[in-house]
Amino acid sequence: MTLMKTLTTTLGAAALLASTATAALAVDLQFFFPVAVGGKAADTIQALTDEYVAAHPDVKIDAVYAGSYQDTITKTLTAVRGGTPPQLSVILSVDMFTLIEEDAIIPFDGLVKNDADKAWLTSFYPAFMDNSMTGGKTYGIPFQRSTPVLYWNKEAFKAAGLDPNTPPKTWEEQIEFGKKLTKRDANGNVTQWGVRIPSSGFPYWLFQGLTTQNDVILANDAGNKTNFDDPKVVEALQYLVDLSAKHGVMQPGIIEWGATPKAFFEGQAAMMWTTTGNLTNVRDNAPFDFGVGMLPANKRPGAPTGGGNFYIFKDSTDEQKAASFEFIKWITAPEQAAKWTIATGYVAPRPDAWETPAMKQYVADFPQALVARDQLEYAVAELSTYQNQRITTILNDALEAAITDQKAPAAALEEAQAEADRILADYR
Amino acid sequence: MTRPTFTLRREWIHGWLLLTPALVLLFAFTHLPALSTIWDSFFSTPRGQRAARFVGLRNYETLLADDTFWQVLSNSLWYAAVTIPVSVGLALLMAIWVDGKLSGRSFVRLAYFAPTVLPLIAVANIWMFFYTPGFGLIDQIRGAFGLPEVNWLGNPDLALGSVMVVAIWKEAGFFMIFYLAALQAIPPQLREAAAIEGASRWTFFRRITFPLLMPTTLFVSVNAVINSFRMVDHVFVMTEGGPDNASSLLLFYIYETAFKFWDTAYASTLTVVLLVLLSALALGQFFLLDKRVHYR
Repeated sequence: MTLMKTLTTTLGAAALLASTATAALAVDLQFFFPVAVGGKAADTIQALTDEYVAAHPDVKIDAVYAGSYQDTITKTLTAVRGGTPPQLSVILSVDMFTLIEEDAIIPFDGLVKNDADKAWLTSFYPAFMDNSMTGGKTYGIPFQRSTPVLYWNKEAFKAAGLDPNTPPKTWEEQIEFGKKLTKRDANGNVTQWGVRIPSSGFPYWLFQGLTTQNDVILANDAGNKTNFDDPKVVEALQYLVDLSAKHGVMQPGIIEWGATPKAFFEGQAAMMWTTTGNLTNVRDNAPFDFGVGMLPANKRPGAPTGGGNFYIFKDSTDEQKAASFEFIKWITAPEQAAKWTIATGYVAPRPDAWETPAMKQYVADFPQALVARDQLEYAVAELSTYQNQRITTILNDALEAAITDQKAPAAALEEAQAEADRILADYR
Repeated sequence: MTRPTFTLRREWIHGWLLLTPALVLLFAFTHLPALSTIWDSFFSTPRGQRAARFVGLRNYETLLADDTFWQVLSNSLWYAAVTIPVSVGLALLMAIWVDGKLSGRSFVRLAYFAPTVLPLIAVANIWMFFYTPGFGLIDQIRGAFGLPEVNWLGNPDLALGSVMVVAIWKEAGFFMIFYLAALQAIPPQLREAAAIEGASRWTFFRRITFPLLMPTTLFVSVNAVINSFRMVDHVFVMTEGGPDNASSLLLFYIYETAFKFWDTAYASTLTVVLLVLLSALALGQFFLLDKRVHYR
């Protein structure tokens, strides 16, 4: 190992001497990125990277598509443990504590040199920065961030005698509208459900919409304490369960994420909760007029944020860290952020991106794209703790048990809290 | 006197030399990892700056108290207990069917074998469409008879069964190939002789065909056992072990623990359980069944 290091250093030094003699020093960067919403995102990232490299011949960036978010963190942590981490990566914002605990990343504060950098660091939406900072330091820079929104079928609304331009504003209205929108055939089988809140795989994400609306936060900022058994959380879960069990406006059992847009297009569900990342998909494929609105409110309006941040890895040279920092500054700048949003439907992470001419034209043609941005005002941090994947799995299991009627909401959440306490006790 | 010893030793050296490549690979990629897994299961998980430390049997104590583990273990055993006999039985039926004289025989063989060559991820995606409540294939057919929709993958009572069906569908076609080959290796004279003796088809199958297929059955069932603990791709795609671990299998739980939770020490502990389980089954199959398999 040491031999290899000496060898690399010697070679590096030789290369450095050779290159300074001829041209500016070239920096090689490896950049892992995930794709969660289809092929277009990968093409856009590659195109943006190519554009940057063309303008900066002293930097070489190897952009590596690393699969889903889950695949990307797995691949990255394996590389970190194997001693060959990438220099920068886009990874779920909620995996910040995991990366800190693995001692894999550095905060951006150390790279900030001047006032322009400082201004840049504060140019993002605060709702997105909630999941990017801990202990007064910024570890992640928002990039492919999203928030869930409500999509509704205007034709189904009209058919049910509802105003096609008014989505439900409150939990009660959601039930009331849902009852009107749920249609049954002669045998009593449902042909159209009122609302669809998907719950397969990671039910905790949309569940946070409900908890936020009920004015409760699932975890503290330090990432070492959860509130799963708070009465307001139990109430939120009871509401979710009741949508099927009591009010009969949502399909019972676990509802598939992947099939949700299709169920919406096919008229199986008149309203759906899903990520704003599906916006382009719905625009291209819905055979009817649809509306996009904020999630209905209870005690307050609210939604979680979601998606990925940029991280810079510790085990890189100072030149590589500086070059990564420059690249991240460039790709999150208003023009690039606007391109990214238009191509994918992700929320541009900073207000000034929405002021660019390209973006203004986009929202003029497609005002639905503004909903996710406007909802950010009410958005809160996504559940993020130490041992995050394990804690969210515990919560997911509890939610699934309640949704499928295996456990009562209160009992399921109490058990989940006890288990989370056992794991997080080490971090207090 | 010296000469035979010399040849013996030379043969001995040759033998070992021929074995060496395979032995090296076997040790490097099978035995060494197995031993280090057992070793790791007595340590805590290293994280960042915190090194692993010896914790004795603590991981095993956690395991005994882990409800998820017990549920996953029982899921795995059910999964094996159902998928192995059903897929092997189906394979045998299918092989007998396509071994006989029927029109379009090649096409039927191809159709049965097709699931085997498809990647399991693709298979799982197709089945997910079958299972989708409301507009999936199964519910469309049920709907035609006025039956209500069923949430196959989202109902904890049905999820594991639904996952098993996919595995059986995939496995039966694969095992059929072995049975087909074995059936075709049975000399036709036996059938002619049995016909002359006036044996019924069932007697011929029970007394001649089935015993002659026993070595194949052993081979197939060893494979079936391995596969039943190894196949998890469809769990990934279709349910991710949910709802509430109802369809999670041991290997899926090991993956989750190791590469989602990064609790490598506990994952090692779980792997040791899998190792013990598989070794016991393999030993049982070879030492108990092998003796009864070969037709004497």
